[in-house]
Order: sequence, then structure tokens, then C-alpha cells
Amino acid sequence: MIDRNSRTILSVQGLRASINGTEILKGIDLTVKSGEIHAIMGLNGSGKSTFAKVLAGHSAYEITGGSVQFEGNNLLELPPEERARAGLFLAFQYPIEIPGVANTQFLRLAYNTVQTKRGKEELDPLEFDDFVREKMKLLEMNPDFLDRSVNEGFSGGEKKRNEILQMALLEPTLSILDETDSGLDIDALKTVANGVNQIANKNNATILVTHYQRLLDYIVPDYVHVMQAGRIVMTGGKELALELETRGYDWVNTGKSITGAIA
Amino acid sequence: MSAVLQSLVNQPYKHGFVTEIESDIAPKGLNEDIIRLISTKKNEPEWLLLFRLKAYQKWLTMTEPDWQNVHYPKIDFQSISYYSAPKPKQKLGSMDEVDPELLRTFEKLGVPMHERAALAGVAVDVIFDSVSVATTYKEKLAEVGIIFCSISEAVQNHPELIQKYLGSVVPVGDNYFAALNSAVFTDGSFCFIPKGVKCPMDLSTYFRINTEGSGQFERTLIIAEEGASVCYLEGCTAPRFDTNQLHAAVVELIALDNADIKYSTVQNWYAGDENGVGGIYNFVTKRGLAKGINSRISWTQVETGSAITWKYPSCILRGDNSVGEFYSVAVTNNYQQADTGTKMIHLGKNTRSTIVSKGISAGHSNSSYRGLVRITPTAEGARNYSQCDSMLIGDQSGAHTFPYIQVQNNSAIVEHEASTSKIGEDQLFYFSQRGINAEEAVSMIINGFCKDVFQQLPMEFAVEATKLLSFKLEGSVG
Repeated sequence: MIDRNSRTILSVQGLRASINGTEILKGIDLTVKSGEIHAIMGLNGSGKSTFAKVLAGHSAYEITGGSVQFEGNNLLELPPEERARAGLFLAFQYPIEIPGVANTQFLRLAYNTVQTKRGKEELDPLEFDDFVREKMKLLEMNPDFLDRSVNEGFSGGEKKRNEILQMALLEPTLSILDETDSGLDIDALKTVANGVNQIANKNNATILVTHYQRLLDYIVPDYVHVMQAGRIVMTGGKELALELETRGYDWVNTGKSITGAIA
Repeated sequence: MSAVLQSLVNQPYKHGFVTEIESDIAPKGLNEDIIRLISTKKNEPEWLLLFRLKAYQKWLTMTEPDWQNVHYPKIDFQSISYYSAPKPKQKLGSMDEVDPELLRTFEKLGVPMHERAALAGVAVDVIFDSVSVATTYKEKLAEVGIIFCSISEAVQNHPELIQKYLGSVVPVGDNYFAALNSAVFTDGSFCFIPKGVKCPMDLSTYFRINTEGSGQFERTLIIAEEGASVCYLEGCTAPRFDTNQLHAAVVELIALDNADIKYSTVQNWYAGDENGVGGIYNFVTKRGLAKGINSRISWTQVETGSAITWKYPSCILRGDNSVGEFYSVAVTNNYQQADTGTKMIHLGKNTRSTIVSKGISAGHSNSSYRGLVRITPTAEGARNYSQCDSMLIGDQSGAHTFPYIQVQNNSAIVEHEASTSKIGEDQLFYFSQRGINAEEAVSMIINGFCKDVFQQLPMEFAVEATKLLSFKLEGSVG
């Protein structure tokens, strides 16, 4: 929701980043305020996943220009774990498998680390078990997942639910969902979207990185941005996603939009 | 791999100090006179001297093996001192008579030598260089008929048992280093659990090499009679020297009908510095004979130290329905090398064996699993399950697996699983994106990786091993 009294959570200006000497992000500007849901769309290779990873602090990318303020602080000087503790969450496109580490153990360590940072009490294993089981209901997850190794042998849909479960536990200020819809069947998509909608409120913000409009049927964005060759080339309301769906990304290059979106 | 990983593995060795104590050290070199000297110092019976001399003669005819996947300059066996004992060395009546300097040493190492201060229910035999300096809880164990003492003492007090069992599992000419050990072994632990007795406490031996230029050649013998059971733990440390030191031990286990021996090791010998200078050569022969029906021999090892670890704790499953187990974690860092594994020799019917091996290599180190599973024609219905997993940290380390499987009986079921994984940048990024720093992430991944082995260890050892591993790997990730 767009709210006049909202505060700025994320402010990105002229962000440039490269990997192995190849520039991927070529000057991104984006402002995200509390209560807002932004969708970033674009073709494969347009740089949208890179943008998500750069915000989270992936060490493979080198920042070559621009600035990022997160709740008024310089995000780029923080190591990734500090960004997470400050309330920035990335739901991974390909959640990583960690053999031998029980999901519940991982979730509890992450939860307690972030709680400690917020000056709150840690939960012991029993308290945490009750807490996490409540959250799992939200995502219609089987409690068996707690005892399995993190993401190991999970189906695509299970992995994505596990990401949203972590998001629900950590209560981030800014959630970035990197292609969370990919690999999900329609039922899983609805469940995941339902989870995201329940977590979103007027104090936090969400960025959905996606290729398809499909996810936006269930999570309605306030803004839609189109990325191309490392830049945001067009921004509009939720109708823009529908227009992209019918006209295709090639249409963006013509620079015209029936809804009057601005480039 | 980034700097975080690197800095995580490189932690100083905290047991590297030397105890200033006057020692009785034999002149360097190996010959019959030295062997006679050791035997005389230990006031041994004639048959034991002959055992030693026979082993020495055998050793002279043997050549140092070179098939292993570890590399080191040729050992000059004439530059090693084969006997070193803290003075004075008369047999002590009680713990209060132990040299305070020695007590302080072991206190510093965290080894409980005072029974009143000891960990609840663990009896300890403490070996310093070539001799056993103290054994706790001896009397209490004697009440149920258990003999737990140094092997030198057992030679004096229970010669018939030693003569019957010494060399019965590892013959004097078994291999090059076993022959050497048989010729010059100085001390070690002896345990005898009589028929039907379940050992009421864990038994343990703590080995400490102190003198530079000395070798440690200990000999351990554990016998569990019919229906007996025992859990035995072994720990090792050594000071930091720039020269390499040889530790060539022989351990023999014998389990009679329905007996159960569980042998756990946490090996943390000095591993050499970050450039691979110094450290212990840990060349050990460990073998258990599951002689009786339904007997069980279980080896658990956590190998973190030594410049070179080269050992294959093995089980000879002779009794029908006997069980052999091998659980191992071997961690190497810097320039450490490890070639370790097991041998499971199935002779009896319906014998079963389990092998779980976890190798972790960081820095420039190399770790190999080498294991033999042999099902002989008589081993009707034998089963083996082997699992060998390797984990690599950084991109300069190596992991190798050499499984040998020989099946000569069609009824056997033999399974082998292997995997190699890597603590990658992506895993660490995933943890860090959830607020967890690299140290905690690595510790969690490693503990998860080693879980199957750690849960075999007694509680205190498991805690110690976990600490040791995170300490050892601190700084290797990043």
C-alpha cells in the first residue's frame, strides 16, 4: 500500500556493480518506502537477480559506483550478516542445501541471532519448537521438515516454502524475493503468496523479483519496474505487469505504454 | 576461497609446551644393546626380551613401505632415542608421590590425575614419553576383578596374560612399524575385563610425548573375556618441536564370546606449523580380534593432529555373528597428511561390519580414506556397509578414497557409499544472509558432517572433539 506517512526504507542511487570485471548493474535508482510492495521484472540476464544479491552483500560482486541507504544507514559498508541482522532478507532463487544440519537447528540459530541483535530474548529449543510450528501452519508445511537437513532433498516448492518460513521467523524490514515463483505449481504459488501477504504490513516492505506476471495475481504490487541491461527502464503501477504479459518485453524498447508508464 | 575461511582454520596449537623435567634418556640409535637396555630397565622376563629380539631381527629384514598416499623424507631410525623416562622412576604408591611438575603438566592438559578431582567415572592411565606415570581408580576396578594398569606393570604382575595375548592379534612381523614397536615398545596400557564383568567406568589412557628427539612406541592390550564389556578412551598431545617425531604404537584388542570392546581415540598430536615444519608421524597399527561368537569391536577415532596420520584400526571378525565397527573423523589442515581407514576381515558366519568415515581437508592438506572389506569363503551371510564422505575447505586441499572390496562368498551383502562436498561460498553466503557469521556456519556444517561419528563418542569426548574441531578449523573459512 502507498502511504503518505511512510518512511523510506531503501534508497538506491546510481548503483553499479560488476562480476569478474563485467559490469552487470549500470546505474540503478530505486526508492522503497514502508508499506510498499515493488515488483522488479525483466528478461533473464537483465540484472534483476544480481541486484537482489548485491543488496544482500554477495561477495562475488564488486560495487563500482552509486550508493545504497537502508533505513538511513550506508548498506554497502556492512558485511552480509550485519545486513541480515539489520532486517534485510533475501529469499533465494536457488535455496542452498546444507547436508547434516537440521533445519530446526539452522532456523533457531538464525532466529536467535537476529533476536539478540534486536535486544530480545533468545528462545530455547522447546520454546522455539512451539513458535516455529505455529509459523509453519501459515505455509501449510509439514513439521517433518524441522528434522530434515536444511533444503536437502526438498522439492522446489518445499525449498521456497522454507525460504518464506525463514522470512516469517526473522520478520525483516525489507524482504527481497528472488524469483520465488519459479518452479512452483499453482497451489504452492498460492500458499507462498498467502504467506508473503500475511507478513507484509505498513512497517515493512517487499521487493519481488520475477520474470512472470503470474505471481502478481496473488501478491499485488504497488509499483512495477522493468529492468533491462542493468538499468530500470520503466516504472508503473500494477497494470504494467499485465501489459508486459500481453505485449512482451520487446515492447518496452519502443518506449511507449498505453498506461502512460514512465521510462 | 576468501580470507574468512582461511583465518578460520589457522589456530595455534595450545598443547605445544615442554615440561622441564629431568629425564633418563637412552642414547640415540637402535641395536640389540638398546633393546636389551630397555628390557633390563623394565626388569622384563627372558621370554619378553626374546620377543623383542625376534621382532628386531624380523624388522631388519623388512623395508619401509611406500604404497601409502603420504610423503615424508626417509626416517633415520638411528637418530631416534628409544627410551625416555622422567626421573626418578620408582613405582609410586599413590598419586601424592607423583612429581608435582608432572601433575602440573597434566593439569594444564586437562587430564584428571587426582581421583578426587577426576571426571566422574573415568579411570586414567597416564603415559609420559616412554613410561606410565600414574593410573587412577586401580583399586576400585580390582574389586570387580578388572586389571587396569600400565603394560610394564602387567608384565611384572600378570605375565601369564601378557605372554598369552601379546602379539596374538598383531604378530611381531605384521608390518614394518609393528615390528619396530614390538622390538622397542616401552609402555602403554593393559586392561583385562574378566568373564561376565561390565566395566563400571570408562577406562582411558592419556599419551604425552615430551622429550625432543624421542619416539613413542606404546603398546596397548585389551582383553574382554566371555560376556565382558568395556569402553576405552585414548587422548594424545605433544609439544611443539621443529623436528618430526615418530609415534609408532600397536594396539591389540581381543573380545571373547559375547564380549564388547569400544575403543575411542581423540588424537591431537602436534601437527607441525603452518608451513609444515615439525609435527608427529603417527604410524600406528590397531587391530581387534572379535574372537568369540556375538562379540563386538568398535573403533571410533577423531584424528585432528599429527603431521602425518597413517593407521587402519581393523577388525578380524572370527566369531560367528560378531560385529565390527569403524567410525572416523580425520581433519587435516596446512600441510598435514592423513591416510587412514580400516580393514574388516569377515571370517565367521553372519558377521557384520559398519564403516563410517568422514574426512575434512583444509589448507594444503591431503586426506585419504583407505579401507579393505574382505568377505572370506567361510563368512556365510556376511554384511558390510561403508560410507566415506569427504569435505573440502578452500581450493588447495585434497581428498582421496581407496576402497578395496574382496568378496569370496556369494551370500554376502556389501554396500559402499561415497561423497565429496565442499564448504562453498554459496553455503556461507546463505548462512550470512540469515545473520549467521562464518565461524558459526562452519562449525555447524562440520558438526553436521561429523554427527554420525560424534554420536558414537562418550559425552565428554564428544564435547571435547567438537571444541577441538571448531578450534582447529577456525580461520579456514572465508
